[in-house]
Amino acid sequence: MVDWTDFERSTILDIFSKMDYDTVGPKSLARCLVVYPWTQRYFGNFGNLYNAAAIMGNPMVAAHGKVVLHGLDRALKNMDDIRGTYAELSVLHSEKLHVDPDNFRLLADCLTIVVAAQMGAAFTADVQAAFQKFLAVVVSSLGRQYH
Amino acid sequence: MSLTAKDKSTVKAFWAKIASKADDIGGDSLSRLLVVYPQTKTYFSHWNDITPGSAPVMKHGRTIMGGIATAVGVIDDLIGGLLTLSELHAFQLRIDPANFKLLAHCLLVELAIMFPAEFTPVVHVSMDKFFAALGLALAEKYR
Repeated sequence: MVDWTDFERSTILDIFSKMDYDTVGPKSLARCLVVYPWTQRYFGNFGNLYNAAAIMGNPMVAAHGKVVLHGLDRALKNMDDIRGTYAELSVLHSEKLHVDPDNFRLLADCLTIVVAAQMGAAFTADVQAAFQKFLAVVVSSLGRQYH
Repeated sequence: MSLTAKDKSTVKAFWAKIASKADDIGGDSLSRLLVVYPQTKTYFSHWNDITPGSAPVMKHGRTIMGGIATAVGVIDDLIGGLLTLSELHAFQLRIDPANFKLLAHCLLVELAIMFPAEFTPVVHVSMDKFFAALGLALAEKYR
């Protein structure tokens, strides 16, 4: 069970309520595939990922970016039990998708940077701390069912 | 994951664009580090004020950016070019090298905020590699 201060809770919900999922999702996943190219191993059937331009223009990457970002919706609705909320998704990522959980952290870092670029000066240190705490809980929960 | 010729030219070109804002970038990144990763405050118990944007924090941010500027200048031989800085960090400052990654992350966030158009994924990967190589060079003399 994670303790959220009022500031953290409202900040996190505020960021996501104003977020343009259709832009941020694709940009975050594309950035992850460019900055950490080994993450491309999970997307062998996504077609052309040969260079940064191809990745950033790839429609399958864009579509999947939206799926992944919307995956955070359930954590936002259940901030007081993110671990329980993600138990099933964690099993899926471990048993079916075989994703190394360190990748969750890499994607979270890219999401942080994309959101920072979108929010500009409004992404203060306090806001960043709250946002990263939320993502850290998500990342930990997604890795929880691995064995 | 060593720096390719393309990484080096990308870093130098991007540095040229951001150099005029270096002081702000340094001070704001350090301010960010102290808030987002509070354990880093343990290194600054000798300052009277570690709130974001305070005088000692901004001054130290400038010092750090000076070091990074030096590193850009010796990007072809980071380990050799930063030996003195490494000795400083190893024997006097004794900062746990894990913190270099934390500061690097804060620098990247700050760059994304201040240069949203220029900080493309291609620039991001080269800067991330550069900061990682820089951290390794700083840790060279630790043991």
